[in-house]
Amino acid sequence: MAGLNLSAVSDDEDDADRDDRPVLSAAAVAAASRSTLRPPSLQTLLEDVPDSAAVPHTSSSGGDSEGKSKSADKSSRSRKLKHDVIEAVNELIQDINTCHEQIAEQAVEHIHQNEVILTLGSSRTVLEFLCAAKEKKRSFRVFVAEGAPRYQGHLLAKELVARGLQTTLITDSAVFAMISRVNMVIVGAHAVMANGGVIAPVGLNMVALAAQKHAVPFVVLAGSHKLCPLYPHNPEVLLNELRSPSELLDFGEFSDCMDFGSGNGAPLLHVVNPTFDYVPPKLVSLFITDTGGHNPSYMYRLIADYYSADDLVVQRRPTSGN
Amino acid sequence: MGAQKKGATARVSEDPEELARHPLQAILLADSFTTKFRPITLERPKVLLPLANIPMIDYTLAWLESAGVEEVFVFCCAHSKQVIDYLESSDWSSQPNFLVATIESHNSISAGDALRLIYERHVIHGDFVLISGDTVSNMSLTQALQEHKERRKKDANAIMTMVVKQSKPSPITQQSRLGTDELFMAINPDTKQLLCYEDKAEYSKGFISLDKTLIADNPSTVLHNDKQDCYIDICSEEVLSLFTDNFDYQHLRRHFVKGLLVDDIMGYKIFTHEIHSSYAARIDNFRSYDTISKDIIQRWTYPFVPDVLCGNSAIRVERRGTYRASEITLSRSAQIGPFIVIGQGTEIGNDTKISHSVIGEGCTIGSNVTIEGSYIWNNVTIEDGCELRHAIVCDGVTMKSGAVLEPGVVLSFKVVVGQQFVVPAYSMVSLLQQPTQQDSDEELEYADSSSGNVELPSAKLNGDITSDLSETRHGPTSELGTGGVGYIWSIFEGGHDEEWRHSVAPIPTDKLAKIMLDKDEDEELLTQDGNVLSPSGELKSDSDANDSEDGDNEGSRDDYVSFEKEVEATFLRAVHENVKVDHVILEVNALRLSYNMASVDCAGAIFYSMMKLAVESPHSSSSELHRNAADVITTWQNLLKSFLHDIDEEIEVILKFEEICLESAKEFSPLFAQILHLLYDKDILEEDAILRWADEKEGADESDKVFVQRAEKFLQWLREAEEEED
Repeated sequence: MAGLNLSAVSDDEDDADRDDRPVLSAAAVAAASRSTLRPPSLQTLLEDVPDSAAVPHTSSSGGDSEGKSKSADKSSRSRKLKHDVIEAVNELIQDINTCHEQIAEQAVEHIHQNEVILTLGSSRTVLEFLCAAKEKKRSFRVFVAEGAPRYQGHLLAKELVARGLQTTLITDSAVFAMISRVNMVIVGAHAVMANGGVIAPVGLNMVALAAQKHAVPFVVLAGSHKLCPLYPHNPEVLLNELRSPSELLDFGEFSDCMDFGSGNGAPLLHVVNPTFDYVPPKLVSLFITDTGGHNPSYMYRLIADYYSADDLVVQRRPTSGN
Repeated sequence: MGAQKKGATARVSEDPEELARHPLQAILLADSFTTKFRPITLERPKVLLPLANIPMIDYTLAWLESAGVEEVFVFCCAHSKQVIDYLESSDWSSQPNFLVATIESHNSISAGDALRLIYERHVIHGDFVLISGDTVSNMSLTQALQEHKERRKKDANAIMTMVVKQSKPSPITQQSRLGTDELFMAINPDTKQLLCYEDKAEYSKGFISLDKTLIADNPSTVLHNDKQDCYIDICSEEVLSLFTDNFDYQHLRRHFVKGLLVDDIMGYKIFTHEIHSSYAARIDNFRSYDTISKDIIQRWTYPFVPDVLCGNSAIRVERRGTYRASEITLSRSAQIGPFIVIGQGTEIGNDTKISHSVIGEGCTIGSNVTIEGSYIWNNVTIEDGCELRHAIVCDGVTMKSGAVLEPGVVLSFKVVVGQQFVVPAYSMVSLLQQPTQQDSDEELEYADSSSGNVELPSAKLNGDITSDLSETRHGPTSELGTGGVGYIWSIFEGGHDEEWRHSVAPIPTDKLAKIMLDKDEDEELLTQDGNVLSPSGELKSDSDANDSEDGDNEGSRDDYVSFEKEVEATFLRAVHENVKVDHVILEVNALRLSYNMASVDCAGAIFYSMMKLAVESPHSSSSELHRNAADVITTWQNLLKSFLHDIDEEIEVILKFEEICLESAKEFSPLFAQILHLLYDKDILEEDAILRWADEKEGADESDKVFVQRAEKFLQWLREAEEEED
């Protein structure tokens, strides 16, 4: 609640200020964030701010009305706050930009000579991870499952070949047949849930099950920005995104199956095109984040570093409110 | 996504030729200029009608924004106030980089008028997208725009690009999906130029006509019946001025497109752009409303689906295409079937079954209600035990307990249906009486677009416009049962047999069978089945296409019979009045032309008349009959000969003779060989014709061969004579 309101105030006030003010408080914020050894998070930042502004940290609505009476005080405080938030956001952006490198640095520890790596679809993190191992003169082969229906795997295979990696492209359905020859599965993620489960491109649950059957390690690469404080509840549906069936079928060819004007008006054909799969934590062997490798059962601790209970309230408000 | 597209558009216009970069503009016609959504459109403009609980215009505007359009001119006509108010209160008025401006008019009665008015305002500079506010699409404009601009650079006459989509060429798909007629397009496969556009194919004739020069001018032409017109056009500025030059252009397709295609003086060209994976369709009538709603629920229009458009996760998609708003009250025993949308604040009672339907916001639905394939808008009250099948129920309607809506019913705003009342299928119910209560500025939504002349928006004229609709039924409000409020409208101009075409209800199976049969080449089958299938209550046959095909088929037989009678009458008159042979030939030829017959038919008819004359003249024995026939043939041999130009016609005469012997004048059958010989002697029939006839009969049934056998002697003689000659 507090976080939401404060950030809203700073967003609303004016965009012009954003340009001329940042220099002023940048140094202070940088110092503040450096003094805390934890990675920067909005929560830590907002906790610090009221102290420096010498205003008791009350509920935000009280703070707002107070601020209106003392407009001068309020404007300086809110400006300060705004810049702190902007700084924190910038840090996060930087974090996101560098997380690939930090994850890739760990590649040599995980990929060994003459191994066979399997991946599905395309992920920039995976690409850089594999390339980092290649640069360290590791020699290994990559199986790429194409990742229907978006076929991102084709792009990944192209990239890998361009970087000189021995690559084999397979269909998604051939994964089970190939998994016995694979030493390690390395995939990217869309989000990592608080219980260590993974929201990943569709098809990965199947790959994870195949990997479990053959005791092949299933490694998920995820930057810390992909950590999500939610516990999955009915993740196959509620945390999924259903995209257009036209990625699967050509509408023109199948328009007669979509004929609602005949029969009882109920279409017999229903095309479902989910974007994501939920991989339960027990199928994941290891997470590699920018802070190192972690077990699925440790993810909730990692998430607690980045999100506080108040952040969760911010997350939930708009859902129930609107 | 939007940003990416915008980038692409910007790149296109960085071309050196267009140094002054114009923002991409669009004209959105917020008026359909048709009457198809009556009676609902009497009270609310079509573009504000909810489609899966979101006004149609939002789909169009959201698509325009995502496709990189920066300025949209919304042309409002009917209920313009409502449209403007809606746009002002919505988010669209405050979007950065997306300007929505409204243009209001009170006296435009067609798309042509609208475009002429926009031209006068001088707001359009450069290419623009022309779309109506009831179009749903998720296509990317980038490629189509680029193609359009490149063509323009090469050929300044390429002024329009029309977006088309492939659809299954099944004969019924167009009808059953979108409720539109079959559409034929001739497209040059290399240049994608549109050469012919025919949306009202002449079923009765079973053909469409193409201009000869069209084939001559284009090395290759592909005629498509599997293309669906998306009603999204990318136009150049000239289009607007063309509308101004040709002030009689009203309808975009019927007048403008066809006008351009026919007009070869100016040489303007229209091209097509086919989309494959993306979706585009226009809501033209209740049936396409139903189909497109279902397509949206099935997510073909992604990302323009209710859960994304609403934002803020106010609506969630669940399994089997169930969309539920976050705050609904749902009884535990209610069965919420597949493919439904339920809006905010709706309450649903015990044991209620809902499937394939859209329920709006703030509705109260009682217990034991069955709702199937229906569209229920906002704040509707449905009491216990009601049944709704394939109906549209507008805002504020109350259905008292036990009321039933049969398929195809439309209840307009605030109608009350009485207890236990059954609203008959395909009825339109409104609080307003049929055409009488119209405000001057409301008439525009439904001024008949097909009427070419300009009608002034005065209340008196409104009466005229609609007087050709059937007369109002000034029934009492108890038309809708006890406590009911509203008038049941009598059927539109289309008549009873047409109402199913554009209704939300699925097409009844017998009608479907009939559409299929319409396409069937076997006309005999069509006639029989059409009669069998026609349900007792539904008039004789359901479509004029069917009617006229039946008519044609029977007509051709009738025609021949009456032609034969006419020829006989002419011939008899000639016999009795000693008319010269030349004159008879002339008269018969005239008859042939007026009945559209071939000369084969004339020969047959004349021969028939001659034989009939011979039979009818008094005779006591077969030899006398033979003499009579010989007399007639000798007298009129020249007449017969003048219609026998080749062997086929002569064979036809022999066949006709066989027919006469079998049916009308059995007396001739013993004389068959003799008369055949006589005809040969008189040089009316050549021996080739006779022998060919015999050869043809070789493979026929025994019963058919009777006359060949009778003439066997004569035939043998002929064959021998031939051999001797050799």
